[in-house]
Amino acid sequence: MDYIKKTKRIVDKYNNDKEAVLDILQDVQEEFGYVPKESVAYIASACSVNLSRLFGILTFYSQFYLSPRGKNILKVCCGTACHVKGAERNLAKAEEVLNIKDGQTSADRMYTLEKIACMGACGLAPVVTINKDVYGHVTPERIDKIIKNKGYRE
Amino acid sequence: MNKEKIKVFIGMATCGRAAGAQAVLDAAKYEIAQKQLAIEIIETGCIGMCSKEVLLDVVLPGKSRVTYGNVTPQDVPVIFSEHIEKGLPVKKLIVGQLPVDSKINYEQIACYGSLPFMAKQKRQIIKRCGEINPEKIDDYLAFAGYKALSKVLKMSPEAIIKEIEDSQLRGRGGGGFLTGLKWSICASAQSEIKYMICNADEGDPGAFMDRSLLESDPHSVIEGIIIGCFAIGAAEGYIYIRSEYPLAVERLKIAIKQAEERGFLGKNILGSGFNCNLKIKKGSGAFVCGEETALMASIEGRRGMPRPRPPFPAEVGLWGKPTNINNVETFANVPLIILEGGKTYAQTGTLKSKGTKIFALTGKVNNTGMIEVPMGITIREIVFDIGQGIADNKKFKAVQIGGPSGGCLGHTNLDTPIDYDSLTQAGAIMGSGGCVVMDEDTCMVDIARYFMDFIQNESCGKCVPCRIGSKRMLEILTRICQGDGREKDLVLLEELANNVKALSLCGLGKTSANPILSTLRYFKDEYIAHIKEKRCPAKACKKLIQYRVVALNCKTCSLCVKVCSSNAIEGGAKGVAAFILDGKCVSCGACFEKCPHNAIVVTDANDFLRDKETQL
Repeated sequence: MDYIKKTKRIVDKYNNDKEAVLDILQDVQEEFGYVPKESVAYIASACSVNLSRLFGILTFYSQFYLSPRGKNILKVCCGTACHVKGAERNLAKAEEVLNIKDGQTSADRMYTLEKIACMGACGLAPVVTINKDVYGHVTPERIDKIIKNKGYRE
Repeated sequence: MNKEKIKVFIGMATCGRAAGAQAVLDAAKYEIAQKQLAIEIIETGCIGMCSKEVLLDVVLPGKSRVTYGNVTPQDVPVIFSEHIEKGLPVKKLIVGQLPVDSKINYEQIACYGSLPFMAKQKRQIIKRCGEINPEKIDDYLAFAGYKALSKVLKMSPEAIIKEIEDSQLRGRGGGGFLTGLKWSICASAQSEIKYMICNADEGDPGAFMDRSLLESDPHSVIEGIIIGCFAIGAAEGYIYIRSEYPLAVERLKIAIKQAEERGFLGKNILGSGFNCNLKIKKGSGAFVCGEETALMASIEGRRGMPRPRPPFPAEVGLWGKPTNINNVETFANVPLIILEGGKTYAQTGTLKSKGTKIFALTGKVNNTGMIEVPMGITIREIVFDIGQGIADNKKFKAVQIGGPSGGCLGHTNLDTPIDYDSLTQAGAIMGSGGCVVMDEDTCMVDIARYFMDFIQNESCGKCVPCRIGSKRMLEILTRICQGDGREKDLVLLEELANNVKALSLCGLGKTSANPILSTLRYFKDEYIAHIKEKRCPAKACKKLIQYRVVALNCKTCSLCVKVCSSNAIEGGAKGVAAFILDGKCVSCGACFEKCPHNAIVVTDANDFLRDKETQL
């Protein structure tokens, strides 16, 4: 199975080190975009840690996902500066355009929508990001255009 | 000596990129390739003027540096043909000029020092930000980089700590503990192995100073950490950074690699026999990991939950060994203190707060950006001089300092000096340096609710006061914002807030009530308006406002009808004025923004009653 092979490569990189499970899980998350069940089971046996400890970590940190996510990750920043400049309306618009709620993935797996606490570009609030592209001074109208026009669908 | 090249600087930190710096860079590269110009492009970090991004600077040999603001890719050819080829700066885009060797080369262009944004700043920590290419160690070396390190390697650890103690530097992460004292405690701990940790888990929403520093001048932080390691006797350091900052992580990795290549890190640093290694640990999205004991748990690969102190990390820290933890900005101060001496450093600032502080000035001010000010400057000077007042001619209402652990300060605090103790007394905290300005359109109850929502989400759940207290406080605030507040709610809220403050395990819980307590202290009238009159004075709480069409102003253009996503607007075409259906309207405000004729107004309960009276 592909998952196991790739997970093994990551675990090998850290020499099956028990202390490095967080790093291993981070790499797995980056590799697959989520942490597959198969990988968790493999890490548990390869590093001799309890499954419960791994799930404890996976559910504690917000950046681990247990199910596959969309091809494009749309993050709407709702930090303080963005909040006072109307970020909630951007989020509402994004939810409307993509027809999904915060934290959900569209049925065609094209988009995942996320509300995030702050991405640190407060000087240009409100901010949204799609994958690695950062957009500043975003309005609901612009978010519509960003989602539709940028060719993220290809 | 090489013939001096023409230089073009482009700010490529996250803010710059968000404003479109990549397109400007591409346009500049295209110009250079097209015209085959001998120009060096320098991709710098953040110079601080976020509101004017994208920033592009031009330096002709021997002339002052001219900064252009709000640059678009279309402006690039103009700047190139006018300024670079003919030597005539494009006036309409200019922000200012930075004289080289105090020679002013262009008439009628304001100097940096006289710009309102710059005049009251004292940029000593972020002075290299925007000047150097953060991915080139030679740029840093040209600005006295790693000089402090070579100086300390000839000193004794005691002498270094003495220097830091003399500077009276206090932790810039928010707590304000004396750095020198912290170092000396850890230095005197008996252990073969010790650790140094740099806390770059800048989780406060509304703060980005650490990100800017790491993206723009990573070596200064690294140099500070190495000096700290040498002083306390640690051979290993960690930088714990939040993964929401991919660019900062990338630049740190490059910087560490370069420092290793040049012998500033690794074995036998600069021939002194001192060994030091630095590792980057990425966070995984948990705000509580900014708390030191939670951070250490996270580095150890566990759930990032705090534990009771004592024992303090200086005795029992990472992997059970003595550990010293400081914030990014604290470390960035260290090389400066070493180079100019602790006593000289301590000449800036107030009696108990020395040096400068970097703030992320954001929100509804005209000039947003990263600023560095001397301790003791007043909030008024920050908002109205550096920030140039409130945007769109609105009225100032409050400034939120210190993020979710801080507080909202209003008019009466405008002359409060910025120092650790005055801010704490006023009900805020220095915090890491977020400074969000709010105007009359911001509802203070909603802001308290916003922060409590954040805290409730981020509470790790270990201790009851924080886990359940934050939930209950959020419920109360939510119902007040929705117009369901009860008379007794304010008393209950204050009691809960004080209990959570007194009983929580870690800093997150202990300070979580500050946004509530400070807004209750300075903006109680807004709470009362919500509860008793069912009215939001800022007209921000959706459940308490109504959008209405002023029929006289309506030009029946039907723009509002098209923009409404809940089909709540009727008419608006063929000469019939638009009309909003109360039952369907969700108060999203889209029509209000869209209407070009100011025909849509937002009203609260008071306006409604007043209108009724006039109609009668």
